[in-house]
Amino acid sequence: MNWLISPQALRRQGVMGMNQRNLHFVGRYNPRQAYPLVDNKLRTKRLAERAGIPMPALIHEVSRQHQIEAIEPDLGRLDEFVIKPAHGSGGKGILVIANRDRDAFVKSSGERVGLNHVKHLLTNIISGLYSLGGRSDDAIIESLVHAHPMFSNLSIDGVPDIRVIVFKGFPVMAMLRLGTHASDGKANLHQGAIGVGLDLQTGESIGAVQRNRPLTEHPDTGEPLQGITIPNWRDLLTLAARCHDVTGLGYLGCDIVLDAEKGPLLLEMNARPGLGIQIANGNGLGERLDAIEGLELFAPSLEERVDHAMNGLGASSEERHWTAANSQL
Amino acid sequence: MQRWPYILAVALLFLTGLGIATYRYLDTGMPPLPGQERTVWQVEARIGFTADGGAAEALLTLPPDQNGFEILSETGASPGFGFAIDRAGPQRRAHWTKRTVEGSQTLFYKLDLVQDTGRRVTEDEPNRRRAVSFDGAYATAANEVLNALTPKSANARSLAEQLIQEINTEPQDQNMSLLLQRYSAVRLTGALLSQANVSARTVKALRLRDGRRRQRLRDYLQVWDNDGWLLFDPRRGLIEDTANILVWQTGNPAVLEVIGGSRSRVTFSMVSQTHSALGLARERYNPFDLSLQSLPIAEQGMFKLIMTLPVGALVVVFMRLFVGVPTSGTFMPVLIALAFLQTELLAGLIGLVLVVGAGLLLRFYLSALNLLLVARIATIVVLVIALVTVLAVVSYRLGLISGLAITFFPMVILAWTVERMSILWEEEGPLEALIQGAGSLLVAVLAYSVMNLAAVRHLAFNFPELHLCVLAAILLLGRYTGYRLLELHRFTPFLKHSP
Repeated sequence: MNWLISPQALRRQGVMGMNQRNLHFVGRYNPRQAYPLVDNKLRTKRLAERAGIPMPALIHEVSRQHQIEAIEPDLGRLDEFVIKPAHGSGGKGILVIANRDRDAFVKSSGERVGLNHVKHLLTNIISGLYSLGGRSDDAIIESLVHAHPMFSNLSIDGVPDIRVIVFKGFPVMAMLRLGTHASDGKANLHQGAIGVGLDLQTGESIGAVQRNRPLTEHPDTGEPLQGITIPNWRDLLTLAARCHDVTGLGYLGCDIVLDAEKGPLLLEMNARPGLGIQIANGNGLGERLDAIEGLELFAPSLEERVDHAMNGLGASSEERHWTAANSQL
Repeated sequence: MQRWPYILAVALLFLTGLGIATYRYLDTGMPPLPGQERTVWQVEARIGFTADGGAAEALLTLPPDQNGFEILSETGASPGFGFAIDRAGPQRRAHWTKRTVEGSQTLFYKLDLVQDTGRRVTEDEPNRRRAVSFDGAYATAANEVLNALTPKSANARSLAEQLIQEINTEPQDQNMSLLLQRYSAVRLTGALLSQANVSARTVKALRLRDGRRRQRLRDYLQVWDNDGWLLFDPRRGLIEDTANILVWQTGNPAVLEVIGGSRSRVTFSMVSQTHSALGLARERYNPFDLSLQSLPIAEQGMFKLIMTLPVGALVVVFMRLFVGVPTSGTFMPVLIALAFLQTELLAGLIGLVLVVGAGLLLRFYLSALNLLLVARIATIVVLVIALVTVLAVVSYRLGLISGLAITFFPMVILAWTVERMSILWEEEGPLEALIQGAGSLLVAVLAYSVMNLAAVRHLAFNFPELHLCVLAAILLLGRYTGYRLLELHRFTPFLKHSP
């Protein structure tokens, strides 16, 4: 039986299922009124700005058709920018312009597109093509993130990001997401991106999966996935932990990118983070969440929470997982 | 977490639903399963008399509540007469009255009966009293007859059998022929049984035969045997199968009494119908009845569909929370299943796949036009209607009547399905679109299969209170925190960590 696992075995390893996540964590710890803060990336941006959480800079916001004409001359002067829908999900409707070639915009994949293509995308976004339920939406034009050079061979096309699950303000699990050809450069696990589990204590990689299969090297570049260490690890976890403080969401996923110059930047937040992170880490969330739930600390400070995450939820068992994963291959 | 209030609420809902359903089953006899058939007899008593010119009254003895029959309804139709049912005497009587009436009159009494062989009414043992006392030579003859027969019989039943046999044997012995000169066979049998301390009575009964007219009541003999009356034909003996014999009159009053008229007579005609038991429960009209059967027929048809929706919703909840099948649009599968109910599965499935497939192709062309969302959906609605029209006309021309069924699909739902599928296709790739499309279809077909079960449709419509049980099941599933079936596959990478 290689295609089924018994519920007992999963429970023993503390693997959390979708129903449990929805009922016990998302449903209980995430107040409804906080959802728009993370579902609408424009509001996230304003919130982060006020709280001093670093995010890619907002260049323009477009909510009406006539505004597209208004910002057209300005777009013409920009060399690099990112367009995304405020209510998008799963990387839909995102356009990354990395360069200019006279009148043409050069996408990060190297493809050239005209100004009309960009305007067309903006029209689609505000008409609601990429938002849930087709409601009209706002388009965000923000500055491009320059991925940290350490990722140059690790990701195809897009910028890799680090997903940190934060529970009651404590980072509990983290993973690095790398785009592949299969995922069309998107850092979305179910589209075929690679998930690399990260040790909470050190930021070192402890295992990698793509579409549920363990990996040791990047399928497109051949770069080893073992021994990756995320720099500025403590800063990154601190940034993630602060997201809880500004949103009030008890159970959230923070997507953080490492900019070459600016360091960790918050990309977006998610009030219903996926469960694939458990597979990437080879470890269930259940035990860690229970540990945090049972923790008796009165109003722990940001530093205390990050300390606790780094020391209390270290990854002795995860190191074994890396070797186990390798021995399988 | 408030666990107990929740469990209590679920249990309460479940028990309430089940309780009301059980009560209604016992009260109205509404069958718990579809398709149980019963025979209904419509018996009509036709009374004729010639009125003298003054006030007239007619009294018709009505059949008692008895084994094997249940009275469904009764009416007395008679122009110009006041009608009432008089319950004062030992047997109910229909009572017609009119102040001044002259000439030939016809009165009708109509009775609907359900034949229910299992039905038993409690019968009290009659007071033993001698109906006829013999005198002189007859007393001696009666004693002789009984003395000869009693040793040969074990109980009331066998004594009655022996007596009837004896009376109908030719040639009769001396004693018997003497008695028969004075008494009729029925009366004599009854009198002799009374003499032997057996309770017996003569009754008038109607033999029910389908389509008969101008029938008369006939005399039968009833003999008390420990726990109930046994019916005897005065010529042939015990009647084992009493299913088609309706006892009309048991006591002393005449079947028909007319005051202020002459030449009165009563005849009976009858027809039988096979009704579903459901139809019968419906006919038991009750002004306080709040059931769906009190609605006009057209609205009932509507509710028959609507009432299966909660069951479909339960299937969707189960498939999504317990199995984890991905569907595009949460309850779209139920709407598709609802359409399947009207189109039949195969025709609906083919039509749906054709329309959505063709719609997708057109939609890909539309995306090149760069339209705003609302306009795009509206365009697809128009296109879907065009597709449906073409499909219906072509299939009709080809002689496939079932192709017309496609019109039962809600057009806007079809349009949204096309739009959703095409966005999925563009954004997540054809694989994801196919997975979600197949998931939706699977759930829709499953929901359809459950909603289409005769038992489910029957229960959902006739026992709407059972939806409380469905609600309880949904609430129960809503708190299920275990793994979904498909997650057991998704998390297989954890296999290697478990010993």
